[in-house]
Amino acid sequence: MARGVGSYIIIRGLMIIPTILILYTIVFIFLRILPGDPILAVVGTKNIPPEQLAHLRAMAGLDKPLYVQYFDYLFRMIRGDFGVTLAFPQGKPVWEYLKLRFPATLELTIFSFTVSVLLGLITGVIAAKNKGTKIDTSMRIYSIVAYTLFIPWFGMMLQYLFGVHFHLLPTSGRIDPGIDLQRITGLYVLDSILTGNWEAFTSAIRHLVLPSITLGMVLSGAYTRLVRNNMVDVLSQDFIRSYHARGVKHWKVTLYALKNAFIPVITLMGLQFAILLGGAVLTETTFSWPGMGTFIVDRIDYRDYNAIQGAVVFFAFFVGLISLVVDVIYALLDPRVKY
Amino acid sequence: MEIITKIVHPIFEKKPGRGLLIFGLAIVIIVILMAIFAPLIAPYDPTKTSDDSFQPPSAEHLMGTNRLGQDVFSRIVWGSRIVLYVVFIATLLSMSIGIPLGLISGYHGGKIDRALSIIMDSIYAFPALILAIVIAVVLGPSPINTAIAISFVYVPTYFRMVRGQTLSLKEQLFVEAARAIGARDKEIMVKYILPNLAPTVLVVFTLSVADAILTEAGLSFLGLSVTPPTPDWGYDLRVGQPFLLDGYWWLVFFPGAMIMLLAMAFALIGEALSERISLATR
Amino acid sequence: MKTIIDVKNLSIYYYTLAGIVRAVENVSFSIGEKEWVSFVGESGSGKSTVAYAILNLVPSPGKIVNGKVVFNGKNLLELDEEEMRQIRGKEISMVFQDPMTSLDPLRKVGDQIAEVLIEHGAEKEEAFERAKELLRMVNLPEDRINYYPHQLSGGQRQRVAIAMAMAFHPKLLIADEPTTALDVIVQDSIMDLIATLKSKGTSIFFVTHDISLAAERSDKIAVMYAGKLVEFGKVEQILDNPLHPYTKALLESVPDVWSERKVSAIPGYPPDLRNPPKGCRFHPRCTIFKIKKELHGICNELETELIEVEKDHFVACHLYRRR
Repeated sequence: MARGVGSYIIIRGLMIIPTILILYTIVFIFLRILPGDPILAVVGTKNIPPEQLAHLRAMAGLDKPLYVQYFDYLFRMIRGDFGVTLAFPQGKPVWEYLKLRFPATLELTIFSFTVSVLLGLITGVIAAKNKGTKIDTSMRIYSIVAYTLFIPWFGMMLQYLFGVHFHLLPTSGRIDPGIDLQRITGLYVLDSILTGNWEAFTSAIRHLVLPSITLGMVLSGAYTRLVRNNMVDVLSQDFIRSYHARGVKHWKVTLYALKNAFIPVITLMGLQFAILLGGAVLTETTFSWPGMGTFIVDRIDYRDYNAIQGAVVFFAFFVGLISLVVDVIYALLDPRVKY
Repeated sequence: MEIITKIVHPIFEKKPGRGLLIFGLAIVIIVILMAIFAPLIAPYDPTKTSDDSFQPPSAEHLMGTNRLGQDVFSRIVWGSRIVLYVVFIATLLSMSIGIPLGLISGYHGGKIDRALSIIMDSIYAFPALILAIVIAVVLGPSPINTAIAISFVYVPTYFRMVRGQTLSLKEQLFVEAARAIGARDKEIMVKYILPNLAPTVLVVFTLSVADAILTEAGLSFLGLSVTPPTPDWGYDLRVGQPFLLDGYWWLVFFPGAMIMLLAMAFALIGEALSERISLATR
Repeated sequence: MKTIIDVKNLSIYYYTLAGIVRAVENVSFSIGEKEWVSFVGESGSGKSTVAYAILNLVPSPGKIVNGKVVFNGKNLLELDEEEMRQIRGKEISMVFQDPMTSLDPLRKVGDQIAEVLIEHGAEKEEAFERAKELLRMVNLPEDRINYYPHQLSGGQRQRVAIAMAMAFHPKLLIADEPTTALDVIVQDSIMDLIATLKSKGTSIFFVTHDISLAAERSDKIAVMYAGKLVEFGKVEQILDNPLHPYTKALLESVPDVWSERKVSAIPGYPPDLRNPPKGCRFHPRCTIFKIKKELHGICNELETELIEVEKDHFVACHLYRRR
């Protein structure tokens, strides 16, 4: 069995390569072939010495033929070299930024993801248990409303309510500025636990609350619906009645039903995670969260397409990795999957 | 076509989801009317600045004024034009690419199908907003560029749905029969398969419009859609945020609420329609 | 003989959006110790619903509106959830129709068997030992405890279900068409297993739509039609001397390889139980009612009741009414 899982992971891992390649290609094409000279866009004015323009071109790798650029950048990325920034500051490796920014995004997405799954499970189970009643209908409406919440707006409303009105929670950043936290993983919650820095821990958690609820709630709607439908389906199946007929305790049966209802939800998680990353860009901007999203948005202002390309391709790697993890979890949980 | 009348005709008949449908349609119609008659409805010029900055909502300024003393209500009314324009163009574009590709891919199968499917699935699996950002950055801020950026990320939605439906439809008896009487492939696709896709396309259309509204708002919130002083809901939200902490809630509340309301309206319509279709085809 | 279970005036209605379905109406019977009683009838006759009612597990939107289920001197319908749970799987157990869906697909067979024992007080290790033993008793290799349900065939899964039902020498086994979903060859071995259980002292409540299958092993047969118990008696009584016109029709509808007798289907359809016919529920399809004009005004007007025509032989038909 162990060997089976191992080879399954490898095969699934190989299958994400085309996905990453296609996304890289799309981004590459868009950034080179579409109209507009990226270097001129950075510089903003045409009155600069041609030798400096040439220098910038060389730095961005734009002086070579397209196909050379394509493979050159691809191979460099595999080695972890995501190019250099074109402006403010010029020539700083993009990887330096990613290393710093990615843990922030990861921390935010992990917490939001947990919030969305928990909310989805709770509302979905409530709806299923009250199938056909007003409660069921209100959960359905919840799922639609949650789905169409506009992240910046919802985030700002929470900021206004809990930050401005009640002064309960911080509305921006990852941690109180005065706190000194030793950086190990870059995930502040984890780092503060590892170093036993409880002041930092509380502060990090408090900073996470509003952004995670914002992003998590928006994403929970899709789970509500799926959990509800699966749960209704599972609860009507013979094996549930058969558990009851064997005298298994009620809460245990509910747990088994939930596990069965959860299996199809796992397949949704990969896709939801991608949407979560998209939403993270808006959430980070709203809450001045120093992650990948704000990095991309900052670089937009400088038209630093080299940095944007690096960040987006890095996202592609991450999305591929998540879909792999989701597949493996699915295979481990459902004994019917053959590997 | 019969199925369309079955769904659309009895809008006011008592059926599940009638309330959702009426509510959704009402909001959409109001926003469309608002966009068409913006010059008549808006009490002020949305771009005209005045000294009355940061006025709270009052009889004079229904939704208050912003930092530049512009009337928020007037900006909301005019802003509906941008949203509808961008979303309309974007959806039209993605449909006109996604549907034919899905039809051909599903009908013919083979290598083209496999290649297209892998590409579409890859795009579909990637965060739509991030991809749209890349395209919008390259194209530069303008409503039509935003529409192009959004249309690109929703092509896979239509492609996947149409392809899946075509795969099952082409095995059905009436398509076999058409083939038996000598209909050509093109004829079968256009005359026999396409009309049967209509109900599902309708549902996916409303749901993807809801999504596109949020994406448009997202892009303009990030400053990638319009340039000032054009009134736009997402952009106004961005501009208003710094003043939220000073208590000027109306700068962000109203534009954001409109974005959400419009997206929700389309989602509700889609929800009600999909319920009706599953009833009608059962 | 000692009575194991005594059902009195049981009525069960389904409260659906389309109306109230009178699925079971005023059904009374009792099952004695070590007795095998088969409930026979068309689908929708209410036989499975009665089976679920004994364990108080009638699926929603069904409700037991009237009646008693007396077991060990207690009315099961009045027990609280925990008391009922103690009885389920221990004193009364149940085997379901479709073994493909009656086991949890995500859990190992052994875990599911052992759970029944643990839930009723066994220690973990002892429970797994007993699970192996139970598998052997239903002629499955011990190592099947590490299998998932999808790795077993339908017949093997049904054996697992029976193994679980056997966990505590139950007083009563409810078997809801346990062989319907299986191949004919496998059917027989499942029936043998149930018979083994009976020989160890368990009474059997067996639900089937196949009267010839019921005839093979039962002590008694109960015939249900449209939610009512129409005839109840010993196998010989039912087979050799069927009284109710429906029972007779049912027996005639069974093909017999050995005789030249013509097989005849029962004309008409079972009634809509949202609005059952007045009087005897079978009268619209009853051939005798069609011929005998003097029954008009009786069968289509008056409710039938179960009467004992000879010892242990009950019928609910106006033809046998004491006048």
